[in-house]
Amino acid sequence: MGLAIEAAGISKSYGGPAVLSSVNLKVEAGELFAILGPSGSGKSTLLRILDLLEQPDQGEVTFGGPESILWDGQRLRRRMTMLLQRSMMFRDTVFGNVAYGLRLRGLQEREIRDRVLNALGDVGLQGFERRKALTLSGGEAQRVAFARAIAIEPEVLFLDEFTANLDPPNIRMLESALAAYRQKTGCTVVLVSHNPFQAQRLAKRCLFLYQGEVLGSGPIDDVRRLDDDRTVAFFRGDLI
Amino acid sequence: MNKTKWLILVVVVIAVVLVAAGLAISGAFSPAESRLILATTTSTQNSGLLDFILPDFKSKYGVKVDVVAVGSGLALENAKRGDADVVLSHAPSLEAPFMDQGYGIFKWRVMYNQYAVVGPSGDPAGVGNAWSVTVAFKKIADNSSTFLSRSDNSGTYTKEMQIWALAGLDAGQFGSWYNEVGKGMEDTLMMADELGGYTLTDEGTYFTLIQTLGIVELFRNDTVLFNQYSVIPVNPAKNLNVNVKYAVLFAEWIVGPETQELIASYTANGHQLFFPNAEP
Amino acid sequence: MGELDIAQVVALSLYVSITATVLTSLVGLPLGAFLALKRFRGSWLMRTGVYTLFALPSVVVGLVVYTMLSHSGPLGVLDWLWTPIGMVLAESVLIFPLVTGLTMSAVSDVDESVRLTIRTLGASNRQLMMRVMHEARFGIFGAVMVGFGRAISEVGAVWMVGGNIKGSTQVITTAIMQQTQMGDFGTSFALAGILLIIAFVVFFVIREIQERG
Repeated sequence: MGLAIEAAGISKSYGGPAVLSSVNLKVEAGELFAILGPSGSGKSTLLRILDLLEQPDQGEVTFGGPESILWDGQRLRRRMTMLLQRSMMFRDTVFGNVAYGLRLRGLQEREIRDRVLNALGDVGLQGFERRKALTLSGGEAQRVAFARAIAIEPEVLFLDEFTANLDPPNIRMLESALAAYRQKTGCTVVLVSHNPFQAQRLAKRCLFLYQGEVLGSGPIDDVRRLDDDRTVAFFRGDLI
Repeated sequence: MNKTKWLILVVVVIAVVLVAAGLAISGAFSPAESRLILATTTSTQNSGLLDFILPDFKSKYGVKVDVVAVGSGLALENAKRGDADVVLSHAPSLEAPFMDQGYGIFKWRVMYNQYAVVGPSGDPAGVGNAWSVTVAFKKIADNSSTFLSRSDNSGTYTKEMQIWALAGLDAGQFGSWYNEVGKGMEDTLMMADELGGYTLTDEGTYFTLIQTLGIVELFRNDTVLFNQYSVIPVNPAKNLNVNVKYAVLFAEWIVGPETQELIASYTANGHQLFFPNAEP
Repeated sequence: MGELDIAQVVALSLYVSITATVLTSLVGLPLGAFLALKRFRGSWLMRTGVYTLFALPSVVVGLVVYTMLSHSGPLGVLDWLWTPIGMVLAESVLIFPLVTGLTMSAVSDVDESVRLTIRTLGASNRQLMMRVMHEARFGIFGAVMVGFGRAISEVGAVWMVGGNIKGSTQVITTAIMQQTQMGDFGTSFALAGILLIIAFVVFFVIREIQERG
């Protein structure tokens, strides 16, 4: 079962105007939560902070689950992972890429092999193990990245516009792989998207971020109906 | 990750082995007595004399003589720092302060060769007609003929400066015909050959290169052109690590009658290069 | 004219260059990667310092190492002057900035997103460094090869510290220098040819190992 996430008063700036201002967020264990907003609203930064890859200037992130969990940075980080919009493949074979996270965790080669092949099967890339990852197409690379992420069986999956560069067949394939993985493990998913239609398709609750500030959060339908030009424009698909 | 760790381990092992090997070879030189460092000049080394006579020392005393060949000034500098055990040099003006400051145990004559003025066979300055080397140099200056000066701290350069001084001329005031090339003797001769200029050379180097040079010997046999070689064992009082025993043995060996004969028998291109003159 | 012991000269050139390259790489590669990845107070200064040392003249290195190893110098007790191990020291000092700096460059070139991916997959700092170096391996390989090339072609520093002693500390480059001084261009060119062939063989063998590995 996935972890619950709570963020309180998150602020961050890189020496200029604030990228995030007092962001509060509550994600329930096992849910698929969307963070929405046009580009430049600070969504990726927020995601990195939630994934414990960056420290906020102010505020803190806490995690909870069915059992109470001790705060242990490294081990906690290893229970979550993120997928980027344009996934980076390692200079290695597809197998090597997908196996990387497992090797980090010191698993046995036999178990690694099983998990890698299963993950590749889940994204429809069986038989691709020996291919050089840098020769893959964008869609294939993104699927390998997804396999690489689920192979380590994370309890939280952060998705940063993970289908933004893909064509519809690939989008469908990944969305269904995601659904299958959630079905199997009940993991928590935090999805960042600038695409309101995908958000409405996949998530029930969301947070709308505009230039670092939370304009609204809660059930998607409620947020969609907020009396704010920017929100309205975004959900119409006009605000990118 | 396992492959990487294995690779790093292999590299570390290789490194250790290489360094150990190096230390072993280098350490084999260290037993204080088994190695004698002779500091001398590049021209002496390049004449091939040492390659010819040193095996005799090795067979008599069992010690290999390692020759470090640099300029006269640097050879004496090395000795001062205790980096050489014995010096074979030919720069009396530099050797005098060296001995005065107590860096050498004693200084013995070994051999001499001559310096000569060489230049283009046409001899535009008329050097061949001079009756002394100072006159020869004066003629070159008066004629503003191309002249090459080694201008390093070598014995040859020291001699050249001595001659200009004897001729009453200040090399600092010369025009562009006077070229300070800052090179070794062989290089300077080759340059003189190319430029068709005059220079002062030791006969040893000249005869070694004679086949390849167009310039010819124009003036020799002035006593001023005497190039005296001396052997100086380094004084251990200044540097404790000096291999005194063999340094002194070396000096005794090189002035001994057998080695002196050996020196006289060394020729290059049919010319005797060095004339033994140790004190009997 | 004494016989030039080509075997000794070639063997020593190889020994000194390879040893210096191996030692320098063992320290320089992780250091270079570390400097490229970690921002700490003074790291910018250190990185700039490494690049500045690219311009360090080899004569200066030779002089400094000579003064240190000289019997009247601080490390005189080691008795490393006029020995192969002293030459290894001089070469190592010489190529260290090069190997470290080029590694720094290669590692910096690895995309920020790759680093992010490595971290999000759960790498510790040490694992991050190892993976980034793995990703930058072609550049790092280049750094090591440049180091070796620089070492085997060095003349001044090895002459000053080794002494070019016939039969024991003469290397290909100092032999070329000496033969040229003596006017023997033929031998010089021949030696130069040998040096290039050796370099080619070394690079070839390393590449082969790398491709298989």
